[in-house]
Amino acid sequence: MAEPILEVRDLVKHYPLTQGILFKKQVGAVKAVDGVSFTLDKGETLGIVGESGCGKSTLAKVLMNLERATAGQVLYKGEDISRLSGPALKAVRRNIQMVFQDPYTSLNPRMTVGDIIGEPFEIHPEVAPKGDRRRAVQDLLDVVGLNPEYINRYPHQFSGGQRQRIGIARGLALKPEIIICDEPVSALDVSVQAQVINLLEKLQTEFELSYMFIAHDLSIVRHISDRVGVMYLGKLVEIGTDAEIYDHATHPYTQALLSAVPVPDPTGREGRERIILSGDIPSPANPPSGCRFRTRCWKAEERCSTEVPLLAVPEVLSGGARHDSACHFAAEREVAAAS
Amino acid sequence: MPDLIEKNAPAQAVASAEPKPEKPRSLGLDAWHDLRKRPVFIISAALIVLLIAFAIAPSLFTSVDPRAGDLRLHYLTKPNYLHFFQADWFGYDGQGRSIYARMIYGARASVVVGICVTAGVTVLGGLAGMIAGYYGGWVDTIISRVTDMFFGIPLLLGALVVLNAFTTRTVWSVVFALVALGWTQMTRVMRGSVITVKQADYVTAARALGAGTARIMFKHILPNAIAPVIVVATIALGGYIATEATLSFLGIGLQDPTISWGIDINSAQKVIRTAPFALFFPAGMLSVTVLAFIMLGDAVRDALDPKLR
Repeated sequence: MAEPILEVRDLVKHYPLTQGILFKKQVGAVKAVDGVSFTLDKGETLGIVGESGCGKSTLAKVLMNLERATAGQVLYKGEDISRLSGPALKAVRRNIQMVFQDPYTSLNPRMTVGDIIGEPFEIHPEVAPKGDRRRAVQDLLDVVGLNPEYINRYPHQFSGGQRQRIGIARGLALKPEIIICDEPVSALDVSVQAQVINLLEKLQTEFELSYMFIAHDLSIVRHISDRVGVMYLGKLVEIGTDAEIYDHATHPYTQALLSAVPVPDPTGREGRERIILSGDIPSPANPPSGCRFRTRCWKAEERCSTEVPLLAVPEVLSGGARHDSACHFAAEREVAAAS
Repeated sequence: MPDLIEKNAPAQAVASAEPKPEKPRSLGLDAWHDLRKRPVFIISAALIVLLIAFAIAPSLFTSVDPRAGDLRLHYLTKPNYLHFFQADWFGYDGQGRSIYARMIYGARASVVVGICVTAGVTVLGGLAGMIAGYYGGWVDTIISRVTDMFFGIPLLLGALVVLNAFTTRTVWSVVFALVALGWTQMTRVMRGSVITVKQADYVTAARALGAGTARIMFKHILPNAIAPVIVVATIALGGYIATEATLSFLGIGLQDPTISWGIDINSAQKVIRTAPFALFFPAGMLSVTVLAFIMLGDAVRDALDPKLR
């Protein structure tokens, strides 16, 4: 196994809920991320899936230090970066970059493409000497499959897919080791999604990047990821290689998610079993006791409301299903998996 | 999945084979191209250019001294509307001074007050709004409450109080009073605009790159947040000119020997029945000026509003 490049330990992000205008009193907290641990190995892609509001994007922001972690550690090559600030943080930013979800809002409309991609060099002048910057920007445009002559154009002159390539070029400019992709294709057309995904894969081999790939499209995550983590209400409920998660899911929530993936084959779709969850995702300000999924789980018993299931390999499992799953009653179940 | 990047290559070849790619346009340039085609903009801009020419070089338009009065000429000398650009084109005022010359010379006070007050409130209010919107929290609370307090002072009443403190009132005392009372409007517009822009992904992206506060504020937030402020400032400019005239009319703004349309309107209103022309020309000039700036602001807003493109 490769060496871990990023290690996350019990990461917590709570947003305080306050009352009062002048003297603010904390009355509670939205537990957006509540105790998440995982590792990211060098050169691998870790997919993070989960429904809207489960804390995926907050997790990305905390990893990028755009939001301060409430508790826990983010270790980059063994050093905790979650408490850094000033020049030390700026230095770490060179190695961890981000690609944003919406290519229409992630590029400054008042700047040319050359200024947008060249900005990392202005902030970190040591990466590219002043005379070489135009050259470096054109190289980056070439790398992401855009015409280097577009350097003086403005973002509104490009299509969504092209804009996302510009966003990727900006993320690549500092030659980072880790790129956090926060739903990088969910705002794009399906055909353009494929292009961007292929580009990301090409860049990964070319620059030995590690990706953390956040998405809610399970098929895309399976395509690009080596390992997949499933999030529910601020916690990771299951994590494993893509085969383990997609073919041998043991957590009921993962199984329900997988059963909701659209199947393009009309004959198979009639026969397959769909797990329909009742109710809505509970409020992260007031999550259920014990297992967070118990309010919607068909396996829930007394124990689930008192004892928090830990993310570990359940002892009852064997074979292909032996991976981390946070369920007291983890078991495989036959579901039509996404392919 | 086939490598679709490869398929993209021919499309690029076509794009680069275009005869001569059009010069890239920024959003500002786009707005300018749009603006140039609007009749409202052309008319108001022409009026404003003329007005500024009056203000800079009034002697180009009249050789008559606007302060030289000949009491024999008085109101009773009727204007001679065929004597274009002559001293008696629009007649004489109560002290026998040429109304036409005073109309031209009066532009300077209005334009200086209008532009200086607008610049003052935009810088002062814009800065306060930017700080409040960017930092939020208690900084925002303090700035916003102070803004509310100033906003509560009626402009005319406030200006009366401030200007009464000056023994001799010049253009600059009027500018001071109007800036001191008018900055709140810009603060509110800027603050709202900054709060919206601050949440944009490109600001987050700049932070993720390690950009400092100054870079984020002036390269990312300011250029994207300034448009509504420019629009409000252009429209308000006409209002400031009107306010200056109002204050001068009431006798607490500019004083003789400064030439202002407001002063002339004040002295002419006493003889409105015998010499209506003495009121008509400075008042008409004032209305046209205010209207020109408001129309310009309207046109600029339409051009800058991205929702209409």
